[in-house]
Amino acid sequence: MIKKKLRDSGLKGWLYLLPAILFLGFFMIYPLIDVFVYSFEEAYNSASQTYMGVGLYNYSYVLHDPYFLQAVKNTFILVIITVPLSTAIALLISVGLSSIRPLRNLFQTIYFLPYVTNTLAVGLVFMILFKKTAYSDGLINLFINWFGGSSVDFIDGPYWAKMFVLCFYTIWVVLPFKILILTSALSSVNQEYYKAAKVDGTSQLRTFMRITLPMISPMIFYLIITGFIGAFKAYSDAVALFGTNLNAAEMNTIVGYVYDMLYGDSGGYPSYASAAAIILFAIVLTITCINLLISKKNVHY
Amino acid sequence: MEVVLKNLTKKFPSRDRKNHEDVIAVNDFTFEIPDGKLIGLLGPSGCGKSTTLNLISGLLKPTSGKIFFGEDDVTDLPPENRGIGLVFQNYALYPHLTVKQNILFPLQNLKGKDKLSKQEMLEKAYTAARLVQIDELMDRKPGELSGGQQQRVAIARALVKMPRVLLLDEPLSNLDARLRLQTREEIRRIQRETRITTIFVTHDQEEAMSISDMIVVMKEGLVQQIGKPQDVYDNPINLFVAKFLGTPPINVFEGQVKNNKLYIGEDAVLDIKDTADQQVYVGVRPEGFTLQEDGPLCCSLSGVEIMGRDISVVSTNKASLNPTVRAIIGTEYKVNTQQPQVRFTLKPSKVFVFSKETEERIPFEVREVGRWEN
Repeated sequence: MIKKKLRDSGLKGWLYLLPAILFLGFFMIYPLIDVFVYSFEEAYNSASQTYMGVGLYNYSYVLHDPYFLQAVKNTFILVIITVPLSTAIALLISVGLSSIRPLRNLFQTIYFLPYVTNTLAVGLVFMILFKKTAYSDGLINLFINWFGGSSVDFIDGPYWAKMFVLCFYTIWVVLPFKILILTSALSSVNQEYYKAAKVDGTSQLRTFMRITLPMISPMIFYLIITGFIGAFKAYSDAVALFGTNLNAAEMNTIVGYVYDMLYGDSGGYPSYASAAAIILFAIVLTITCINLLISKKNVHY
Repeated sequence: MEVVLKNLTKKFPSRDRKNHEDVIAVNDFTFEIPDGKLIGLLGPSGCGKSTTLNLISGLLKPTSGKIFFGEDDVTDLPPENRGIGLVFQNYALYPHLTVKQNILFPLQNLKGKDKLSKQEMLEKAYTAARLVQIDELMDRKPGELSGGQQQRVAIARALVKMPRVLLLDEPLSNLDARLRLQTREEIRRIQRETRITTIFVTHDQEEAMSISDMIVVMKEGLVQQIGKPQDVYDNPINLFVAKFLGTPPINVFEGQVKNNKLYIGEDAVLDIKDTADQQVYVGVRPEGFTLQEDGPLCCSLSGVEIMGRDISVVSTNKASLNPTVRAIIGTEYKVNTQQPQVRFTLKPSKVFVFSKETEERIPFEVREVGRWEN
């Protein structure tokens, strides 16, 4: 009797789903709703659990905060430069990797190394490469001097120099994963298509543009979407290069702003942090929707 | 365009670390394919037929030997300069392009003086599409087509440049039985209409025999026999060819020639003349049996399969190399399935004798002695 009831009502199915639902509910959905609620509660205090009122004041504050606007600008520059560039470079390297035979595994390993290296350790190496100190101008400046340029302080210097290092660093860090995905996508393209193209006398460029690219377009699209999301959530990279006081360095990102609002020296404002987080969420959602719309036309599954 | 293969050989380096001997995929293949004919390359898998096709297409370079298209030596030409059309086993249609775009693709590659205007390209594409009767499907994607339709698109794409030679790699193997029959007629018709020299590869002997002007039977890289399908069927040069052609397959028995008599096991089945006494294999086509109560070949009956058009008598014989002996007889015979044994006489033209050592065919002549006497 009970068995039959369970089956008919679909309860059994829900029972199977229960662990996952509980887990997701507790750790993903509840916090999401919570953040959304906080973002409308003015001057919420997490210690006393009190707030002054409900309204859009938090959003208005955040949107008028010059630090936040700087963070948004930085994040957008980072996204717009690194996502297309890193995907394009990864594609180039993957095509190169798939067309060589000897030492292919060695190169694949080398290109994958950054992926398994700690962000902060990499940041340290970049500091050594780029930082200008009292004793040395750094390796990169050495090269610039060779070619007749004057030294630039990449870590504490002009805005564009710092942005350059941040972008360079971000691209370098995300490359290995993209290369990994793209090489496997390239190798999964059926060789017969290339044979058919060869018999038809297709030039290499045309083969790449008309056959290879459409064939791996789902993977490229995946990388672009995750690339956008990842770049919008950038924070640790900036910290690794410029230290924790990102506002002073003009190098803060949106996630960095959220962190500062919660725990930074000027922190203790969960309401502002929540509002900023919701704005970030809205931006990422919009961009991803636009991506999905564009992909419908250009991605071939 | 006639295609001439001269001493064509292809060796692949061995992957086996212990055995460094090269694998010979095609061994000294010499053959002149006449202009405008349909040729079937036939053999079990691994016999080198696909390698031969790839050598003709130029996707593989021969280790030695020459390939001529008419007077032109194309041995060192890349595939795109040979003027060939190639249809792949799984069609290799570009899945993201429509049928029209797929057929246009080879034309869009033309450069320099061969370059066509858009209008000319479309005309050619539609001509090719009409030839294979898919002009109504031009705006579909390959994924939306049935296997047979995809096959036609692949043929249209291969034909659109009007190649000198059309190559088909296992063209029917991805189709179901019914479509296979239909498509092979279709290939025959297209070949007749275009009169393009066509070479196709198959492991299915029925397919090859039914549509080819000539078949080439291959085994382990070596050409066994070349000829018109019926000639090869009626006069197999060795045991391999005899076994490979024909469905149901030929029945093979252990036998011997003694005192001008051909024996299957203990039964003297034919009187022959001028053949030396020796141990032999005797091959008998299923249609080479005639039911006769006092026939010389005695088999124990295991069953009768009525196929409608004819009757298949399944029996066993100690001397048979196959587990069962299958004889196909007309429906006018009535077989009593209760009897333990059946007796057959053999039609001499359907009986082949092969040397036990070399498996080569031994020709024999029948001695006319009227009635069987033993």
